[in-house]
Amino acid sequence: MKGDCLTKFIYVNKYSKRSVIAGFLPTLSMTLFYLTLIVFIPLSGLLFNTLQMNTSQFLSLVSSPRVQAAFKISFGLSLMAGAISIFFGTIIGWVLTRYRFPGRRVLDAIIDLPFAMPTSVSGITLAALYSEQGWIGSYLNQFGIKVAFTPLGILLALIFVGFPFVVRAVQPALEEIEPEVEEAAACLGATRGQTVRKIIMPQLTPALLTGFALAVARALGEYGSVIFIAGNIPMVSEIVPLLIVIKLEQFDYLGASALALLMLLASLGLLLFINVLHMLLRISYAKTSSAA
Amino acid sequence: MRKPPLLLKDPVWMKILLILISFSFLSLIVIIPLLSIFLQAFAEGWQSYLRALSTFETISAIKLSLLVTMIVVPINILFGLVASWLISKFSFPGRQLLIASIDLPLSVSPVIAGLIFVLLFNSQTTLGHWFIENGFPIIYAIPGIVLATLFVTSPYVVRELIPLLQQLGNDEEEAAHLLGASGLRTFMRVTLPNIKWGLLYGTILCTARALGEFGAVSVVSGNIQGLTNTLPLHVEVLYNEYKFTQAFAVASLLTFIAVVTLTLKTVIELKTGKIQRAG
Repeated sequence: MKGDCLTKFIYVNKYSKRSVIAGFLPTLSMTLFYLTLIVFIPLSGLLFNTLQMNTSQFLSLVSSPRVQAAFKISFGLSLMAGAISIFFGTIIGWVLTRYRFPGRRVLDAIIDLPFAMPTSVSGITLAALYSEQGWIGSYLNQFGIKVAFTPLGILLALIFVGFPFVVRAVQPALEEIEPEVEEAAACLGATRGQTVRKIIMPQLTPALLTGFALAVARALGEYGSVIFIAGNIPMVSEIVPLLIVIKLEQFDYLGASALALLMLLASLGLLLFINVLHMLLRISYAKTSSAA
Repeated sequence: MRKPPLLLKDPVWMKILLILISFSFLSLIVIIPLLSIFLQAFAEGWQSYLRALSTFETISAIKLSLLVTMIVVPINILFGLVASWLISKFSFPGRQLLIASIDLPLSVSPVIAGLIFVLLFNSQTTLGHWFIENGFPIIYAIPGIVLATLFVTSPYVVRELIPLLQQLGNDEEEAAHLLGASGLRTFMRVTLPNIKWGLLYGTILCTARALGEFGAVSVVSGNIQGLTNTLPLHVEVLYNEYKFTQAFAVASLLTFIAVVTLTLKTVIELKTGKIQRAG
């Protein structure tokens, strides 16, 4: 028995040098196989299809006013939605971690609802509620504010899908801030406002960046919750994902894949940029705290 | 959670103001919409609500959604266990890249997730042509819906398990190994009991997404009523046909599932005593 155990130990160690735990090769091959089948091969099709276009086809697609307008609308509104999500997300995160009030747990659970609801359900609900006949829309209409079927409607839908990312990024960061640091600041005579600005906000910045990036990336690709409330007027309220679907319905596979590739690269680029910024922030933070 | 000392308390007016802002924002954007779904679903009473849910199209949409979920979730559980075991128990070159690849579908637009399968299997491609010739079309049919759903749901179980497994470390598995347990036995008797809540949590998230996926499925499905319409697509069809009460009746069903998902999530968090954050 003893010898058996020992040979097995050596045998396993020969295969996966760093661990005695079984299953390196089988799990590696299964994971790679599955990812290749479901993710890598399908996604690479995007590149291959786009490469089939010649330069002039590509340029005429990219320079068409409708495409340019869609990209402006998608990026402009996603960034705006991200910024607004930061504002409300931080307040909600603060309220949920720092205050105790009845209904807090329910409120905390409700934050995830935009994650959990099918986007078509959110889409028709927001559209019905904020249209001119809807409960909220008819009220806003008295003040001349039209939400549904305008860019404002798209913005609303994008905030809806984006703000939970900010809240969920901010909450753990706020919980991690040590009360001692805040106490020290208060003892040294800082007002509450100064403490928030100089002690809490700097520690919160990386989390806010992460939340912002995730919210914007989600907003850029969002389709279901937007199309019902957007009105989808070309040049005014048509987002890139919808344009991809329209190209596809016209069997313009190359055009659809080119737009999709641009969109994907843009959102991956954004996430990468934020990650790099995140790292730089951490380095500079480590420097200042070690210098202090 | 610690109680903040007196010194750190925000002024009361500030507290009230911030709570009010939070409540109003959430009311306008989440709570009122949530309530309005149920109110509109029952606007014409119980009977028409039940009638809306028992039409042929709705029943077949429910069946299709359940079928797709029953195929997709077990595959994801298996993939989740295998991939998270690989990532958390071994260190190897390219590990970080593999983690990024696993997360990749989360940053791909649902529309693109559907598009890539249309590009791969449409009738103009050799592959797509071959499948159609042999009487097994992939897109505008159920296999395409399953593939697109697999793509969008693939990160959910893995992402819940990786941090959990890493936190647990290898000690118990190594002990089991030294005591002579086989790899599978170690997994079943040592690892699985340790990660059951995380696995359940990931499975719930995965199920909710599989039942609720709209964008990716709408691109590959071709919207053939009674054949390739899942529940979220059926909501869109009814809404576009101006059958609002029916649309909201079906929507209320999906919303109910979403609310149950969140409730289970909260219960599991309380049970494990760990505050898990989606990200």
